[in-house]
Amino acid sequence: MSEASAEKKATIVVFSGSMDKVMGAFIIATTAAAMGIKTTMFFTFWGLSALKKGGPSATCKRNWMQKMLGWMLPKSAASLPLSQLNMGGMGAGMMKQIMAQKKIASLPELIEAAQDLDVRMIACQMSMDAMGICREELLDNVEVAGAATYVGEASDAQINLVIS
Amino acid sequence: MADITLDAKGLACPMPIVKMTKAVKDLSSGDTITVLADDPGFEPDVQAWAEAQGHSLVSLNEEGGVYTAVIKIA
Repeated sequence: MSEASAEKKATIVVFSGSMDKVMGAFIIATTAAAMGIKTTMFFTFWGLSALKKGGPSATCKRNWMQKMLGWMLPKSAASLPLSQLNMGGMGAGMMKQIMAQKKIASLPELIEAAQDLDVRMIACQMSMDAMGICREELLDNVEVAGAATYVGEASDAQINLVIS
Repeated sequence: MADITLDAKGLACPMPIVKMTKAVKDLSSGDTITVLADDPGFEPDVQAWAEAQGHSLVSLNEEGGVYTAVIKIA
Protein backbone atom coordinates (compact mmCIF):
# COMPACT_ATOMS: atom_id res chain seq x y z
CA MET A 1 0.00 0.00 0.00
CA SER A 2 1.35 3.43 -0.91
CA GLU A 3 1.69 6.28 1.57
CA ALA A 4 -1.11 8.19 -0.11
CA SER A 5 -3.60 5.42 0.55
CA ALA A 6 -3.02 5.17 4.30
CA GLU A 7 -6.57 6.43 4.83
CA LYS A 8 -9.13 3.65 5.08
CA LYS A 9 -11.72 3.71 2.34
CA ALA A 10 -14.80 1.76 1.32
CA THR A 11 -16.92 1.91 -1.81
CA ILE A 12 -20.32 0.41 -2.52
CA VAL A 13 -21.94 0.13 -5.95
CA VAL A 14 -25.72 0.21 -5.55
CA PHE A 15 -27.15 -1.42 -8.67
CA SER A 16 -30.42 -2.58 -7.12
CA GLY A 17 -33.50 -0.47 -6.52
CA SER A 18 -35.04 -2.91 -4.06
CA MET A 19 -35.74 -1.66 -0.55
CA ASP A 20 -34.08 -4.61 1.20
CA LYS A 21 -30.90 -4.46 -0.87
CA VAL A 22 -30.58 -0.67 -0.70
CA MET A 23 -31.10 -0.85 3.07
CA GLY A 24 -28.26 -3.35 3.29
CA ALA A 25 -26.05 -0.99 1.32
CA PHE A 26 -26.87 1.95 3.61
CA ILE A 27 -26.43 -0.07 6.80
CA ILE A 28 -22.91 -1.02 5.71
CA ALA A 29 -22.16 2.50 4.45
CA THR A 30 -23.25 4.24 7.67
CA THR A 31 -21.41 1.69 9.79
CA ALA A 32 -18.21 2.04 7.75
CA ALA A 33 -18.41 5.84 7.98
CA ALA A 34 -19.04 5.57 11.73
CA MET A 35 -15.89 3.46 12.03
CA GLY A 36 -13.79 6.21 10.50
CA ILE A 37 -13.70 4.78 6.99
CA LYS A 38 -14.14 7.25 4.11
CA THR A 39 -17.15 5.80 2.32
CA THR A 40 -18.39 6.33 -1.23
CA MET A 41 -21.62 4.97 -2.71
CA PHE A 42 -22.11 4.85 -6.46
CA PHE A 43 -25.75 4.55 -7.57
CA THR A 44 -26.37 3.18 -11.00
CA PHE A 45 -29.33 1.85 -12.99
CA TRP A 46 -32.20 0.75 -10.69
CA GLY A 47 -30.23 2.03 -7.71
CA LEU A 48 -30.91 5.62 -8.80
CA SER A 49 -34.49 5.33 -7.51
CA ALA A 50 -33.10 5.44 -3.96
CA LEU A 51 -31.76 8.95 -4.55
CA LYS A 52 -34.96 10.45 -5.96
CA LYS A 53 -36.54 13.26 -3.95
CA GLY A 54 -40.06 12.27 -5.04
CA GLY A 55 -42.11 13.67 -7.89
CA PRO A 56 -40.91 14.41 -11.42
CA SER A 57 -39.55 17.81 -12.39
CA ALA A 58 -41.58 19.59 -15.09
CA THR A 59 -38.44 21.00 -16.68
CA CYS A 60 -36.76 17.59 -17.13
CA LYS A 61 -36.85 16.64 -20.80
CA ARG A 62 -37.87 13.02 -21.47
CA ASN A 63 -39.02 11.07 -24.50
CA TRP A 64 -42.16 8.92 -24.28
CA MET A 65 -40.27 5.78 -23.31
CA GLN A 66 -38.44 7.58 -20.54
CA LYS A 67 -41.75 9.05 -19.35
CA MET A 68 -43.17 5.54 -19.14
CA LEU A 69 -40.12 4.40 -17.19
CA GLY A 70 -40.63 7.31 -14.82
CA TRP A 71 -44.25 6.31 -14.21
CA MET A 72 -43.34 2.71 -13.50
CA LEU A 73 -40.27 3.25 -11.32
CA PRO A 74 -40.41 4.15 -7.59
CA LYS A 75 -40.74 7.88 -6.91
CA SER A 76 -38.33 7.95 -3.96
CA ALA A 77 -36.47 5.83 -1.40
CA ALA A 78 -39.68 5.62 0.63
CA SER A 79 -41.48 3.69 -2.12
CA LEU A 80 -38.95 1.05 -3.17
CA PRO A 81 -40.33 -2.51 -3.57
CA LEU A 82 -38.95 -5.60 -1.84
CA SER A 83 -36.73 -7.85 -3.98
CA GLN A 84 -38.84 -10.84 -2.94
CA LEU A 85 -42.45 -11.23 -1.76
CA ASN A 86 -43.29 -7.65 -2.72
CA MET A 87 -46.85 -8.66 -3.74
CA GLY A 88 -47.67 -5.37 -5.39
CA GLY A 89 -46.29 -3.37 -2.50
CA MET A 90 -48.12 -5.27 0.25
CA GLY A 91 -44.95 -7.15 1.19
CA ALA A 92 -42.92 -3.95 1.37
CA GLY A 93 -45.61 -2.34 3.54
CA MET A 94 -45.62 -5.28 5.93
CA MET A 95 -41.83 -5.36 6.09
CA LYS A 96 -41.78 -1.63 6.95
CA GLN A 97 -44.32 -2.26 9.71
CA ILE A 98 -42.30 -5.14 11.17
CA MET A 99 -39.10 -3.09 11.02
CA ALA A 100 -40.80 -0.14 12.73
CA GLN A 101 -41.99 -2.48 15.51
CA LYS A 102 -38.42 -3.76 15.89
CA LYS A 103 -37.16 -0.13 16.03
CA ILE A 104 -35.08 -0.68 12.90
CA ALA A 105 -34.26 2.54 11.09
CA SER A 106 -36.21 3.08 7.85
CA LEU A 107 -34.44 3.61 4.54
CA PRO A 108 -35.05 7.41 4.56
CA GLU A 109 -33.61 7.53 8.11
CA LEU A 110 -30.55 5.54 7.02
CA ILE A 111 -30.01 7.90 4.07
CA GLU A 112 -30.17 10.86 6.44
CA ALA A 113 -27.65 9.17 8.76
CA ALA A 114 -25.34 8.54 5.81
CA GLN A 115 -25.52 12.21 4.84
CA ASP A 116 -24.79 13.25 8.44
CA LEU A 117 -21.72 11.01 8.44
CA ASP A 118 -20.47 12.54 5.17
CA VAL A 119 -20.88 9.41 3.08
CA ARG A 120 -20.14 10.49 -0.50
CA MET A 121 -23.10 9.63 -2.75
CA ILE A 122 -22.54 9.60 -6.48
CA ALA A 123 -25.30 9.19 -9.07
CA CYS A 124 -24.18 7.61 -12.34
CA GLN A 125 -24.54 10.27 -15.01
CA MET A 126 -24.92 7.81 -17.88
CA SER A 127 -27.73 5.91 -16.14
CA MET A 128 -29.51 9.19 -15.38
CA ASP A 129 -29.27 10.15 -19.03
CA ALA A 130 -30.50 6.76 -20.22
CA MET A 131 -33.42 6.61 -17.81
CA GLY A 132 -34.42 10.25 -18.15
CA ILE A 133 -33.65 11.30 -14.58
CA CYS A 134 -32.56 14.92 -14.04
CA ARG A 135 -30.23 16.33 -11.39
CA GLU A 136 -33.01 18.36 -9.74
CA GLU A 137 -34.98 15.16 -9.14
CA LEU A 138 -32.24 13.76 -6.90
CA LEU A 139 -31.40 14.60 -3.27
CA ASP A 140 -29.48 17.86 -2.91
CA ASN A 141 -26.12 16.62 -1.66
CA VAL A 142 -25.68 13.92 -4.26
CA GLU A 143 -22.86 14.25 -6.79
CA VAL A 144 -23.31 13.34 -10.44
CA ALA A 145 -20.31 11.63 -12.01
CA GLY A 146 -19.18 8.75 -14.16
CA ALA A 147 -17.52 5.38 -13.74
CA ALA A 148 -14.02 6.86 -13.66
CA THR A 149 -14.85 8.76 -10.47
CA TYR A 150 -15.99 5.51 -8.90
CA VAL A 151 -12.98 3.53 -10.10
CA GLY A 152 -10.69 6.28 -8.81
CA GLU A 153 -12.16 5.86 -5.33
CA ALA A 154 -12.27 2.05 -5.53
CA SER A 155 -8.67 1.66 -6.70
CA ASP A 156 -7.24 2.48 -3.29
CA ALA A 157 -10.13 1.34 -1.10
CA GLN A 158 -9.84 -1.74 1.11
CA ILE A 159 -13.55 -2.58 0.91
CA ASN A 160 -15.35 -2.59 -2.44
CA LEU A 161 -18.88 -4.00 -2.56
CA VAL A 162 -21.52 -4.37 -5.24
CA ILE A 163 -25.14 -4.63 -4.12
CA SER A 164 -27.18 -5.90 -7.03
CA MET B 1 -12.12 15.90 30.97
CA ALA B 2 -15.64 15.52 29.69
CA ASP B 3 -17.78 12.50 30.49
CA ILE B 4 -20.96 12.22 28.47
CA THR B 5 -23.73 9.63 28.45
CA LEU B 6 -25.65 8.45 25.40
CA ASP B 7 -28.90 6.54 25.74
CA ALA B 8 -29.20 4.39 22.62
CA LYS B 9 -31.82 2.04 24.04
CA GLY B 10 -34.56 1.11 21.60
CA LEU B 11 -32.32 1.55 18.58
CA ALA B 12 -31.34 -1.31 16.26
CA CYS B 13 -28.17 -1.84 14.24
CA PRO B 14 -26.55 0.34 12.94
CA MET B 15 -28.07 3.33 14.75
CA PRO B 16 -26.37 2.90 18.18
CA ILE B 17 -23.00 3.02 16.40
CA VAL B 18 -24.11 5.95 14.21
CA LYS B 19 -25.38 7.95 17.23
CA MET B 20 -22.21 7.12 19.15
CA THR B 21 -20.03 8.39 16.33
CA LYS B 22 -21.93 11.68 16.27
CA ALA B 23 -21.81 11.96 20.07
CA VAL B 24 -18.01 11.60 20.27
CA LYS B 25 -17.33 14.16 17.52
CA ASP B 26 -16.85 17.00 19.96
CA LEU B 27 -14.94 14.98 22.57
CA SER B 28 -11.19 15.16 22.92
CA SER B 29 -8.52 12.68 23.89
CA GLY B 30 -9.00 11.28 27.39
CA ASP B 31 -12.72 12.10 27.52
CA THR B 32 -15.13 9.26 28.17
CA ILE B 33 -18.54 8.32 26.86
CA THR B 34 -20.97 5.95 28.53
CA VAL B 35 -23.39 4.30 26.11
CA LEU B 36 -26.56 2.41 27.04
CA ALA B 37 -28.00 0.08 24.39
CA ASP B 38 -30.35 -2.88 24.25
CA ASP B 39 -29.60 -4.04 20.71
CA PRO B 40 -28.06 -7.55 21.09
CA GLY B 41 -25.66 -6.75 18.24
CA PHE B 42 -24.25 -3.88 20.26
CA GLU B 43 -22.05 -6.16 22.38
CA PRO B 44 -19.72 -7.30 19.57
CA ASP B 45 -20.19 -4.11 17.52
CA VAL B 46 -19.11 -1.64 20.19
CA GLN B 47 -15.87 -3.60 20.57
CA ALA B 48 -15.25 -3.55 16.81
CA TRP B 49 -16.08 0.16 16.66
CA ALA B 50 -13.74 1.09 19.50
CA GLU B 51 -10.94 -1.02 18.02
CA ALA B 52 -11.33 0.51 14.55
CA GLN B 53 -11.24 4.03 15.98
CA GLY B 54 -8.39 3.30 18.35
CA HIS B 55 -10.53 4.17 21.41
CA SER B 56 -10.29 1.98 24.50
CA LEU B 57 -13.25 0.09 25.82
CA VAL B 58 -12.96 0.62 29.56
CA SER B 59 -15.89 -1.62 30.47
CA LEU B 60 -18.82 -3.44 28.91
CA ASN B 61 -21.53 -4.85 31.16
CA GLU B 62 -24.97 -6.29 30.60
CA GLU B 63 -27.86 -6.14 33.03
CA GLY B 64 -31.43 -7.07 32.20
CA GLY B 65 -30.77 -6.89 28.47
CA VAL B 66 -29.20 -3.43 28.65
CA TYR B 67 -25.55 -3.06 27.74
CA THR B 68 -23.47 -0.33 29.32
CA ALA B 69 -20.24 0.47 27.57
CA VAL B 70 -17.67 2.96 28.81
CA ILE B 71 -15.25 4.14 26.14
CA LYS B 72 -12.21 6.34 26.55
CA ILE B 73 -11.46 8.50 23.53
CA ALA B 74 -8.01 8.09 21.98
